[in-house]
Amino acid sequence: MSGYAAVFSARFRMLLQYRAAALAGFGTQLFWGLIRVMIFEAFFASSSHAQPMRLDETITYIWLGQALFALLPFRTDPDVSQMIRTGSVAYELVRPVDLYGFWYARAVADRVAPTVLRAIPMMIVAWLFLGLRPPASWECGVAWGIATVGAVLMSGAITALMTISLLWTMAGDGIARLMPTIVLFFSGMLVPLVFLPASFQPIVDALPFRDIIDVPFRIYMGHLPPSQWPALLAQEGIWLAVLIGLGRWFLSRSMRRLVVQGG
Amino acid sequence: MAEPIWNRFADAVRLYAQYSGVSLRAQMQYKFSFFIMSLAQLLATATEFLGIWALFGRFGSLKGWTLAEVGLFYGLIGVTFAIADALARGFDTFSELVKSGDFDRILLRPRSTALQISARDLLLTRVGRLVQGIAVLGWAIHSLPVLWTLPKLALIAAVIAGGVALFYGIFVLQATLSFWTIETLEIMNVVTYGSTEAGQYPLTIYRPWFRAFFTFVVPVASINVIPANLLLDRIGTSGWPAICAWSSPLVGFIFLAASLQLWRCGVGKYTSTGS
Repeated sequence: MSGYAAVFSARFRMLLQYRAAALAGFGTQLFWGLIRVMIFEAFFASSSHAQPMRLDETITYIWLGQALFALLPFRTDPDVSQMIRTGSVAYELVRPVDLYGFWYARAVADRVAPTVLRAIPMMIVAWLFLGLRPPASWECGVAWGIATVGAVLMSGAITALMTISLLWTMAGDGIARLMPTIVLFFSGMLVPLVFLPASFQPIVDALPFRDIIDVPFRIYMGHLPPSQWPALLAQEGIWLAVLIGLGRWFLSRSMRRLVVQGG
Repeated sequence: MAEPIWNRFADAVRLYAQYSGVSLRAQMQYKFSFFIMSLAQLLATATEFLGIWALFGRFGSLKGWTLAEVGLFYGLIGVTFAIADALARGFDTFSELVKSGDFDRILLRPRSTALQISARDLLLTRVGRLVQGIAVLGWAIHSLPVLWTLPKLALIAAVIAGGVALFYGIFVLQATLSFWTIETLEIMNVVTYGSTEAGQYPLTIYRPWFRAFFTFVVPVASINVIPANLLLDRIGTSGWPAICAWSSPLVGFIFLAASLQLWRCGVGKYTSTGS
């Protein structure tokens, strides 16, 4: 286990070096959040119907999204993709570690480092000036913390699966290119999931992507009652097991038929 | 004796066609990759509009604007940005040339730097976004209860041309910045992608300071509310006279001309970094 922890911590410290990029990213996220808040304010001003989420809750949801944006499994591990492209992935095979665990630890670090850099300043600024509410109660705060750990694990499993797919088809990194769209939509990042039409609800509820954004956020704001927490946790656990199992299976199958390019 | 201007112009066009032909052929070497990338673009923008559709389903309208009207705004910005993004790729990735010192080689050649940079790369995969933008724009034009006279359709075409010029100018500005700094260029995303995000909706829904920024600093309004009010027969309510609507496409071209002037200043300031 300590080996994987070392991989995680080395990658984490490496990613923390990019402070200028993080600052520029912060500005961009802030601007984006403002646009989204104004759009929702305009929508709420146009309708007197009861909505599944109040405006102040939606604003909290938006700012949490801007703060935790980097949790989304947006891209494959850039270094591993490069290794697969050049053929130096062969060196990964001689390491005396479990390859899936190794890549998974890297993927998790890839998510956590930029999130930590961006989330804390964004949440402070949004809480002070922009209408981000604190958690509904201390229980909700604790449950949100746990759900966020789950979000990181889920995002890591999806990233690992995307990276492994590169071993199968290098052509245009197909799956990896289509993934951001799927993730943005089904996580709730694009539009909070409760605003989607009723016919969409069973689909988004069944998929694992909501565990990264929608579920933690709604736990935070007390929008999901504690009575539902155990079922949500169970569903997330099942999805995690499936995705990690799938990743392991794909990896071991592709390792057997791996052809290393380059010379 | 100086060459006649039309000869020089024809020469520039020929060179541009040759350069971009090379870029296109290179991209078509990987047909599957091109297909997937374009499809990814198409899906990304399609889900975006799906989100807008869902919000209209919940809220009914947006400060008096209907979904079809917002579709016009969305389509206009989508089409113009897709074209500009494809054409201005060379400027978008220009900071790499400064970082590597490869810009020196371009300075040595007996053609204008702007021509060489613009012809350097033509991003074909933006066709995905373009197709989606055209589809939404076409749907909006079709379903809006507006009489589409010939002048109005001509104005739409002119607005698209002006919008392409405007976004091209923004990419030129971004490239010009890299003569001074290649750090934190990411902040320019606020202007490029920020204006496409904001311009998907009528700018009137935003707060005054924000509206002012996208009217007078980055003139997105010239492809947004100013012409759209005329197109949608709302001209009386907007405060912008019809003459502004008809001349709004010019704004983008003026912006582009100013950006190219700044670019020339930047080229004068350039000091090489290469090793």
